[in-house]
Parts: sequence; structure tokens; C-alpha cells
Amino acid sequence: MTVTKGVRSRKSLSSLELIPAVRDGSTRAMARLISRIESGDPERREALTELYRQGGKARVVGLTGVPGCGKSTLVREYAKAHRARGQTIAVLAIDPSSPFSGGAILGDRIRMTELTGDPGIFIRSMASRGALGGLARAALETVDVLDAGGFDTILLETVGVGQDEVDVAQVAHTTIVVSAPGLGDDIQAIKAGVLEIADLHVVSKCDKQEASRTLTELRQMLHLGLNAGAQTAWKIPVIASSAETGEGIEKLLNAVDQHWRHLHDSGELADRRRMIVERRVIKLAEELVRDRFAEHRRQVGPHLVGLEQVVARERDPYTVAIELLNAFK
Amino acid sequence: MTTGNERIRVLLAKVGLDGHDRGVKVVARCLRDAGMEVVYTGLHRTPEEVVTTAVQEDVDVLGISLLSGTHMSAFPNILKLLENEGADDIIVVGGGVISEQDSQALKEQGVAAILSQDTPPEQIVDTIRQLVERRGPR
Repeated sequence: MTVTKGVRSRKSLSSLELIPAVRDGSTRAMARLISRIESGDPERREALTELYRQGGKARVVGLTGVPGCGKSTLVREYAKAHRARGQTIAVLAIDPSSPFSGGAILGDRIRMTELTGDPGIFIRSMASRGALGGLARAALETVDVLDAGGFDTILLETVGVGQDEVDVAQVAHTTIVVSAPGLGDDIQAIKAGVLEIADLHVVSKCDKQEASRTLTELRQMLHLGLNAGAQTAWKIPVIASSAETGEGIEKLLNAVDQHWRHLHDSGELADRRRMIVERRVIKLAEELVRDRFAEHRRQVGPHLVGLEQVVARERDPYTVAIELLNAFK
Repeated sequence: MTTGNERIRVLLAKVGLDGHDRGVKVVARCLRDAGMEVVYTGLHRTPEEVVTTAVQEDVDVLGISLLSGTHMSAFPNILKLLENEGADDIIVVGGGVISEQDSQALKEQGVAAILSQDTPPEQIVDTIRQLVERRGPR
């Protein structure tokens, strides 16, 4: 097979140069800058400094739940209803990367095809690239880009989570946890983890018979007061939804609005923003240390670290790790 | 610019009245196993939807699978739409049942490669890697 035409090389604008177009809401500019962030372009930091200062206007809504519980379908219905209210929305949908090849199948868009073509909706699929908390490393900075692009709401759809991936609650103003009917018993509902981070619960596929039991169990759990955010006056709603019948979607949008107003009126919004920033700064600092450490390790080389002695059980991993860390400083 | 963290992003799409997606799913899996990030749109997309998606996802390669025989109108349409969006640096690759004569004609018009139903998976992966390498950083 020969390749004749069809490959055009073109230097596009640098990350900093993309900023004016991002601010104008150019899809192409936002999309390109997000790719640059993902690939770790050194200039992205400066670009984000620029964008960050004027950000903070968008409402960030997180949506999480187990694989197959109907997150992407709910995102579609949510976005449609949101648009019907005249608001713009950007969706960042995250799917897992393969731990073996690093590749990924990003399939969330399959459920969202009818949204394509509406200029008030931007959808981006992102691979988790080894991040463990349900999001991707580039997710927060992508939120900055979409915020600068002028979207009213940014919806973060996490990977299908297990029980312990709660990063989204450290990013979003409002976190929606989606549960599908018919999974697990009432002990599942009182376990720690994902269920605790909800500002709102949604039970999807409520046209199914088992849904009423799931609804009851979640409501009972909340009634017992076992959720972590117990010091707030916010009463966490449990909403039954069905993409099949359209039930619950308007209710969900209203509840997100109410939660926003609650955050605003109670002063919790300021606290939440501070918490989001704090986590972000600490996490970034950790990442930077990790990057530098990886760089250091590359230079030192594994053979100098005394691994052989650990293998031979002459020394223990702890001692050698501390040595390595001290050498790094 | 290269930072070593680039992953090839590919959008795989089925256009028009064509309900056969076994092949495209196999290709998606091969590309995933070769370390690429593959966005799949599902069946029955319009050229406009595909191009909008390709731009939002900022993919390196747009792979269109067509088994309905409408390739001679679909591909030129998609190339034109990409150009209108200023996105003609996205490499377009076709797959499906396409005759040698049609393949040549489509390549003349700007489709970078045509892969047929008997192209082995490794060759699909290699072709995509080579095309992206030839394009260079963007």
C-alpha cells in the first residue's frame, strides 16, 4: 500500500498563542490546548496561569458511579435539559486506560451522539492514563480551559468506579452519584467510599422493578446519617431517573440548582472552593515531586540504589527507600 | 513539540446507513492494544457529526469504516468539511470494501490510506503510526 497525498504537516499555534481563541470559545483551540495539557507541553503551565486568573465562572458538576450504571446516558439527558434552559455545557468524559498497552477505548460518546452538532455543547473524551481516583491527571486543567471557554456548566463524568475512587468530589461543586438498581444488598449502601461523596443521589433505570428497593436503601442510609458531610444543612436528595421515560431529569437539574443556591447562601461555596484549591495545590506539589524524583532516578540509575542487596535480603526496602529519598534532596 | 507523553488519538466512525460494526470494533481493539486512544462514535453517523467530533476530540487520525458502497461520496464530503473547519491536518483513513480503482481515486483526493477487509492488524497499526510520524508534531 502506498501513501500519496493526505498527510499535511502544519505547525499550529503554540499553547500561549491559543489563549485568545480559547477565550472566544473556539472549539478547535480548546481541543488543541487540552491535547497539549495531556501530552505535558512545557508551555502549558504559562498558558494555564493566564487562563486561571480569569476563571472560576463555570459551575463544575461531577457525575460518578459503577461501570454500566448509566452515567453517559444520564449525561446526555442532563445536557439536553440544560440546553433547553438556554445554558451551555461542556462534558469531560473519562474512560480507563489499559494498564498493559496504555491504550484506551473511549466509548462514552456513543450514548451522546444526538448532542453532536449543537454549538452550545462541547464533549471531550479522555483516557485516565493510570490515574487512580476516577479522573485523569489532565482533568483539572481541562476544566480551566473549558471554564475560560465560557461554558456555564462543566460536567465531569468519571470512569466507572468501584468503591474507593472519590477524586471527583475534590474538584466538583456538586457531586452526583449514580446507582443502578439491583446491585448488592443494604450493607453496600452503608459502606464507606463513593456513596459518601454524593451531594445528590440518582437511581438510574428506575423503569426497572428493582429500582424501588435501591431507592429505599439509599434513603434509609441517608436517614441514618451515615454520610460524611453530616455538618451541613443540605438534605441529600435521592432522585429516581429513567432515560427511557425521561423521569427525574428535570428534578435532577432542579436539585443541582438548589444545591448551588444552598452552597451560595450558606457560605459553604467559599469553603468548598478553598478545599478544591487546597487539594489541587497539594496534589500538584506531589506530582511535581514525583516527576523530579523520576528524573533523578533516571540519572542515578537503578543499579546504584542497592536493589541487589534488597533482592539478596541483605538490606530491607525501607532503609534503601529512605536512602534514595535523602540522596534526591 | 514532543514531550514523550503523546499518545496517538484515533476517531473511528461508521457513516451512513451501514449496520456492520464488527470490523471497526476489531480495529479499535487492535489500536488500543498498540497503545493508542480510540474514540468510537457508534453507528449511523453523518459526515458533519464525524467532523465535529474529530475536532472536539482533537484526534490525529480519523478512520471511517464504510461497507455500504457510498465511499465515493462520503469521503470527499468529509475531506471538504475538515478543510472548512481548518482541520485538514487530521489524517483521514478509510476502511471497508473499496475497489482498487476507487482507492486510487480517493487517495488522489486526500484520503491518506485505504485499508481493506484483509489488511492484517499489524499493518493497520503500522500504517497509522507511519502517517502520524510523517505529519510530525503539531
